[in-house]
Amino acid sequence: MHRSPALDMPDVPKGQLPPHIELQRTRVLCNFDAPTHTENVQYSGAYSSMGVDNSLRMDQFCNNFRVEVIRLSEDDMEFDMIGIDPSIANAFRRILIAELPTMAIEKVLIANNTSIVQDEVLAHRLGLIPINADPRLFDDLSENDTPNEKNTIVFNLHVRCERGGPRLTVKSNELKWLPHGSEFPLATENTTSSSTSKPKTYTSFSCSQDSLPEFSDKSIGPKHPDIIIAKLGPGQEIELEAHAVKGMGKTHAKWSPVATAWYRMLPEVVLLQEIEDEKAEELVKKCPVNVFDIEDIAKGKKKATVARPRACTLCRECIRGDDWDKHVAIRRVKNHFIFTIESTGALPPEVLFNEAVKVLEDKCERVITELS
Amino acid sequence: MEHGSFSDHSKSTFSLSDEDHTLANSIRFTLNQDPRVAFCGYSIPHPSDARVNIRVQTTGDSAREVLKDACQDLMLMCQHVRSTFDKAVVDYKMSKPVKDMSIEK
Ligand code: SF4
Repeated sequence: MHRSPALDMPDVPKGQLPPHIELQRTRVLCNFDAPTHTENVQYSGAYSSMGVDNSLRMDQFCNNFRVEVIRLSEDDMEFDMIGIDPSIANAFRRILIAELPTMAIEKVLIANNTSIVQDEVLAHRLGLIPINADPRLFDDLSENDTPNEKNTIVFNLHVRCERGGPRLTVKSNELKWLPHGSEFPLATENTTSSSTSKPKTYTSFSCSQDSLPEFSDKSIGPKHPDIIIAKLGPGQEIELEAHAVKGMGKTHAKWSPVATAWYRMLPEVVLLQEIEDEKAEELVKKCPVNVFDIEDIAKGKKKATVARPRACTLCRECIRGDDWDKHVAIRRVKNHFIFTIESTGALPPEVLFNEAVKVLEDKCERVITELS
Repeated sequence: MEHGSFSDHSKSTFSLSDEDHTLANSIRFTLNQDPRVAFCGYSIPHPSDARVNIRVQTTGDSAREVLKDACQDLMLMCQHVRSTFDKAVVDYKMSKPVKDMSIEK
């Protein structure tokens, strides 16, 4: 960098950051050896010597914050979140993965299992099957609660591979929803009260779930019908009941409502000087994901342009060797996040994000009430 | 839970149970952005203990009030994020059929 004695330095205008500091503040510089300026300047008084206020002003945040949806389908979405600090973007990501309630199979009552899949492995596999049920319609089942129609979903699975027949693949569509609750009688009840008309089962539903208005229009089941649970040989049989309850991803990944949720910072590719002719061709070839294009300029000359910076993976291939880092600069925008959510299917991704933000709000509220 | 001193309200450590980096890091951000804060930071004393300690030292105001304001700021930010996001989704859904049609034509 060019250095000049302090007394010869031009006056820095007050109230605005000099361009190189602004660059360091808003961009991660991806040099060929290592990224620099990766930190975020959070402290409100960081630039006070230059007359710049770095504190958070809500109106400023509200004016600058933007969301742009790039892609939205039934169970995945991609959107740009612009003008927010990574600490908060990361909070949303963490909540999406670990703190949104979801329904998953927690208890498996195995009546018969002669397959080669052991009971515990089978139960674990069942737990990981995404259940197509809105968790907001259910209550938490805490330790002393009895399982009822508000906190438990019961499935039954009974398959048998006949002798002499071909082998059988048991898929998730064999899980049949039991809206009336468990059908297995409680073991202890059999001996004491055989006279009662209705034997006690493992759940105590007061009414059938499909008579409740929230489930009447849509039956509950596994989200995907073709997940392989086990394979049965001739003569083998599985009979079980699976009880799904509400839980959170931080307890076990089966309760995570997202396959995954992640973000990346927006890549920015800048040509520091004109790159022409052979050099331009070379640059286009260097990039494995085709970030650059060639544009014809007058008199048969060609120059390189940055056509698709979003596709850049920051492999740094284009700044390797020779003097390439004098020609091309690769940066990341610190407050522009490309957020991707892949839902497992119980709730659409846009609802999940909305819920995640609500969770963070609730956390703040809890702290405020605790402090008051 | 607050651990501070009776005579000086400008410095305190707040111990929040059942919280982790998710909340603490966001609050650290909003605290740092508050000009009244001289120092703030957080730590998780033990990874298997669901608890964070947030340290707040101010230039004179009550640390408790400053932390409350930081939570309030974060909540307002969240509300704005939520409304902006919902609006963006609605806009996208509205524009989607139009876009699909123009591709067919
Ligand atoms: S860093 Fe890699 S992907 Fe990005 S522009 Fe350079 S060569 Fe292409």
